[in-house]
Amino acid sequence: MHWPIDIIVLTFVIFCAIAALSVKDLLGTAILFGAYSFLMCLLWTIMGAVDVAFTEASVGAGVSTVFFVAAIFRTRRRTKD
Amino acid sequence: MSDVLSLIVAKYNYWLYVILMMIGLYGMIAKNNLVKKIVGMNIFQTAIILFYVSVGYKRDATIPILANAHDAHGATAIHAADYINPLTSCLMLTAIVVSVATFGYAMALAVRIYQRYQTLEEDELRMRLSEE
Repeated sequence: MHWPIDIIVLTFVIFCAIAALSVKDLLGTAILFGAYSFLMCLLWTIMGAVDVAFTEASVGAGVSTVFFVAAIFRTRRRTKD
Repeated sequence: MSDVLSLIVAKYNYWLYVILMMIGLYGMIAKNNLVKKIVGMNIFQTAIILFYVSVGYKRDATIPILANAHDAHGATAIHAADYINPLTSCLMLTAIVVSVATFGYAMALAVRIYQRYQTLEEDELRMRLSEE
């Protein structure tokens, strides 16, 4: 059976989103959110929007993760939910 | 019945975008931690951007760069159906940059709130605000 690749990547994206919101460690949230951004970049490459894809890879996955980790270093890692 | 089912199956990507959007909305409303709320907001934004980019997608089309733009006479006809619509992806390029700016600003506000109240949980924050 032929599987379209976009539905597989979309499933991974949804798993990453749920995991990023449900994990109890904020550093884990940061890493999962970076993985989410890279999978989103893959999805945009599949859709042919290459300019959006490399902007997301540099700005969304790179700079956002740096902001996130810097903010966690200044605050607390633990969270209740 | 089978018409409805085939409509649902044919537009499966839109349903998955709606699911992703609802995950983001759940994160914004139900999560107690301020950083988790910011992550939920970002997931919501990327779901909307994903929807807009998928509207411009065409089957059997290539990326919007002209194939024969530099031939000898420049007389090759251009078929718009051969190229993906670049308008939505150009608009969403701006939206990605704006979303990163929003993310950084929200993170800076969260750091300031932590420096003042020593907490990022919303219920503890509300308790400390009522003590003052």
